[in-house]
Amino acid sequence: MTEKKERKLKIRIRGLNKSYGSLHVLKDLNLDIYEGETLVVLGRSGVGKSVLLKQIIGIEKPDSGTIEVDGVNILKLSPSKKLLYYKQMGMLFQGAALFDSMNVGENTGFYLRQHGDPRTGWITKEEIITRSKEALAMVDLSGTENKMPSDLSGGMRKRAGLARLIVYRPDTMLFDEPTTGLDPITAMQINELIKKTKKELNATSIVVTHDIRSALEVGDQLALHHDGRIIHVADKKAFFQIDDPVIQAFIENASVGKRGNK
Amino acid sequence: MGHKRSNSSLQIQEIPFTKWIGAIGDYFTLIFMVLISSVKKPPHFSLIRNQLYDIGVASLPVISITGFSTGIVLAAQSFFQLSGFGLTSVTGLMVAKAMMVEMGPVLTAFMITGRVGAAMCAELGTMRVTEQIDALRSMAVDPLSYLVAPRFIGGIFMMPLLTVYSCFMGIIGGYIVSVYYYGMDPTTFLDPLPTHIDNFDFFSGLIKSIFFGAIIVTISCYRGMQAHGGAAGVGRATTNSVVICYSVILISNFLITMTLNSFYPYLQKIAPWMVK
Repeated sequence: MTEKKERKLKIRIRGLNKSYGSLHVLKDLNLDIYEGETLVVLGRSGVGKSVLLKQIIGIEKPDSGTIEVDGVNILKLSPSKKLLYYKQMGMLFQGAALFDSMNVGENTGFYLRQHGDPRTGWITKEEIITRSKEALAMVDLSGTENKMPSDLSGGMRKRAGLARLIVYRPDTMLFDEPTTGLDPITAMQINELIKKTKKELNATSIVVTHDIRSALEVGDQLALHHDGRIIHVADKKAFFQIDDPVIQAFIENASVGKRGNK
Repeated sequence: MGHKRSNSSLQIQEIPFTKWIGAIGDYFTLIFMVLISSVKKPPHFSLIRNQLYDIGVASLPVISITGFSTGIVLAAQSFFQLSGFGLTSVTGLMVAKAMMVEMGPVLTAFMITGRVGAAMCAELGTMRVTEQIDALRSMAVDPLSYLVAPRFIGGIFMMPLLTVYSCFMGIIGGYIVSVYYYGMDPTTFLDPLPTHIDNFDFFSGLIKSIFFGAIIVTISCYRGMQAHGGAAGVGRATTNSVVICYSVILISNFLITMTLNSFYPYLQKIAPWMVK
């Protein structure tokens, strides 16, 4: 109980609605994310988990609702303040979204070339190269600076995408299906990297996935996204004890019921 | 049921129209935003330089072929058609006027649409469907400023230069056919040009080419950034962008021609140097 009182609210989402034509994807969605924690949003494919992330990072605008980050409604920010907001956020996309026209080194240093160091606002070319190399080393991709994204495997692309985030040290990181399409060993590597990154940057993280193993590995809190809403949020142990047919069905379908109930 | 059915049939008719109007609104918003971002925070010169190279330098071979072949055909046809009237002496003038006022700007625009516009649309479309454009936004980089503005600036700078080059190649082609094939005297081909081609002809071609450059880039980028549905969606967007560019170039060519021609009498009064 004492521990809960010390938690500081980082992101507060209330009444979020988003539709695409007649398809109502997010329905009065409410969610709280606490500073320094990793919240994993579980849900079946196509329920709008990635849409939720895109609203949080500001790529898409919701139809209604509020998203408060550190107490400020980001949907009402002026363009200049919105830019500052973007600079403290980072997102790893499902397919990594590396820029095809740049090599891995250029991809990794892209943010620094555009904005300089987030703290000082400027940076030298040499420093960009050094920090890109450091970030790539952190994700075990040393020596791949000159490779093009098309030369990398799926797992390497994800890691390069993660290095692109690490290099500018955002204080909130969003992960869109980080382990989808990867073999179990590579998925485990990515999970380890997410944990390592979170620890080193002390970042608040939101991970959306339908991979329960990954959720258990990286999450402090788990949430279930179902039918456009977050229907349950709890810590790892409590989550799998919730007596809800949706959660149980989800666990059974994912064939890890035993592990989840432990 | 009957009431419901009439409602849905109304919706079916309304959606394409509203979408069409919405798309035009979105397109003009994109142009406005690109202009604003180009002025407020001009793109880095390296981005513009890459586009100047891609649009301009890399297009030189295709523009050379287009301009030259158009010039030789124009000369051959003019000479053949006019020989019956004893007017072969105006072959050079016809080739030069046609190239500068119409053929140069329009054919250059067509070739740039096929070579550059389609590539732009496909590149941005691929970036869109693979979330690279979202990744730019997530890193506080405005895609319009980073992707579209350099292409826009590159387009409106290079199109006039390519058009002038195309006209030059056309006149050279016409000269070669007239002089070396039909045996026309070189002075007969060249002498009427400075006398009968005025600044107005030259500038009307340039003005058209600037408009065409803006049209090609904005339509291609707009369609690319709207692409969805994976590789097939990018293919559809690219095809659409090329078809729309060709259509808009042809329609706007007529409108620009009529507008410029209507200014001609006023220019004779207020800027006589333009019509000399």
